[in-house]
Amino acid sequence: MSQPIVFDRALLRRRQARAARLGPEPFLLERAAEDLAERLATIKRRFERAVDLGTPTDAVARALAGHPGIGTLMAAAPLAAGLAGRAPAVVADEEALPFGHGALDLVVSALALQLVNDLPGAFAQIRRALRPDGLFLAALVGGGSLAELREAFTVAESETTGGISPRVAPFADVRDLGGLLQRAGFALPVTDVDRVVVRYSSPFGLMADLRRMGAGNALVERRRTPLRRATLLRAAEVYAERFSDPDGRVRATFEIVWLSGWAPDESQQKPLRPGSARMRLADALGTSERPADETP
Amino acid sequence: MTQTQRPGHEVDPKLLEILVCPLTKGPLDYDRARQELVSRSARLAYPIRDGIPIMLADEARRLDESEIKR
Repeated sequence: MSQPIVFDRALLRRRQARAARLGPEPFLLERAAEDLAERLATIKRRFERAVDLGTPTDAVARALAGHPGIGTLMAAAPLAAGLAGRAPAVVADEEALPFGHGALDLVVSALALQLVNDLPGAFAQIRRALRPDGLFLAALVGGGSLAELREAFTVAESETTGGISPRVAPFADVRDLGGLLQRAGFALPVTDVDRVVVRYSSPFGLMADLRRMGAGNALVERRRTPLRRATLLRAAEVYAERFSDPDGRVRATFEIVWLSGWAPDESQQKPLRPGSARMRLADALGTSERPADETP
Repeated sequence: MTQTQRPGHEVDPKLLEILVCPLTKGPLDYDRARQELVSRSARLAYPIRDGIPIMLADEARRLDESEIKR
C-alpha cells in the first residue's frame, strides 16, 4: 500500500519562503529550542556529529551554541533560505535523508516533522543515520493544536457554503508517535506533551501569526478556491464566541509533542530473558506458590 | 572547465564524510571543479551552491551516458 500524501510539500516550501520574507514569528520555536537545549543539558554524553533536522530557523543552533557535549552541529532543512548563516549546512528533504548509515551521534529537530507525509519512513531513516547509542530528540506540533480554529472553520464553512473542507492540518497524536518511534526501531522511546496557550486580541492575530510561521494551509485536499469573506468573518465570530476570555482576548492552544529515542546498543538497559530470574516471585511477595489450576 | 566555486564557499569536509545519495543511500563522488556531488547509483549529480549541497532529487542533474561509464 502506498503512503497517503497529506501535505503538498512544494506548496509548503513556498509558504516557508514567504514566512522567511515576512520575518519569522518565532515565539513557539524559541520556546521549543530553549526547551531542547535544557533537555540535552541533562544528558552527560559527547555527541561528535550532530544534525539539526528541518528546524525552520537557526533557533536551535543558537540555543545549543557552546553546548559542551556537541562537536559539530550541522543544519539540514528543505529550504536554502532557512539555512542562511548556518554552517555546515545541507539542503535535504526529511523524507529522503542524505546521511550515511551510522554517520551521526545526534539528530535534533524543532517544529518541523509534523509536516512530513511519511513519518514512519523519516523516523526509520533517522535511526539508520544514527550510530548505535545515538540520540534522536525532536519537538513537533501535536494533535490537540489549533482545535479552536478547526472548530470555528468547520462551523462557519458548513453554514456559509453547506460543506466543509480541511483547513487545519491533522497532527499526529502523542500515543501514535510513541508507537511510531518503537516501530522505527528506537530503544527507550519517550514522549511527552507541552501544552502552550497563546492569547490574541482577535482570531485574525492568530491567522497572521500562522502565516508568519509558514503554517498556512498546505493540505493536498484543501479547497482550491479562495476562502470566502463571509466564511472567514463567520469563523472569526464563532471563534470569539466560543474561545474568548472575560477580557475579550481569544485563546489558541498549541501542543508541542516531545520525542526521544536511542539507536539500539548492547550497553542499554533491556528486559531480562524470560526464565532468567534468580528469585522466586512468591518469596518476594512473602506468600506460598500454588499451581494455576488449584482453587484457593 | 570553468571554476564555479568561490573562495570561502568550499563545502565543509565534515559534510562530505557523512553525506550519501538520498535516493539510493549509495556513495557520492565530490566533483570539485563542477561543484557537484555525483551519485553513480542514482545517475544524478547534486549541485553545491555557496558551499551548501542541495540534496534534492528534483534539483539534481541527470548524468549522461558518457559520465556514467567514466
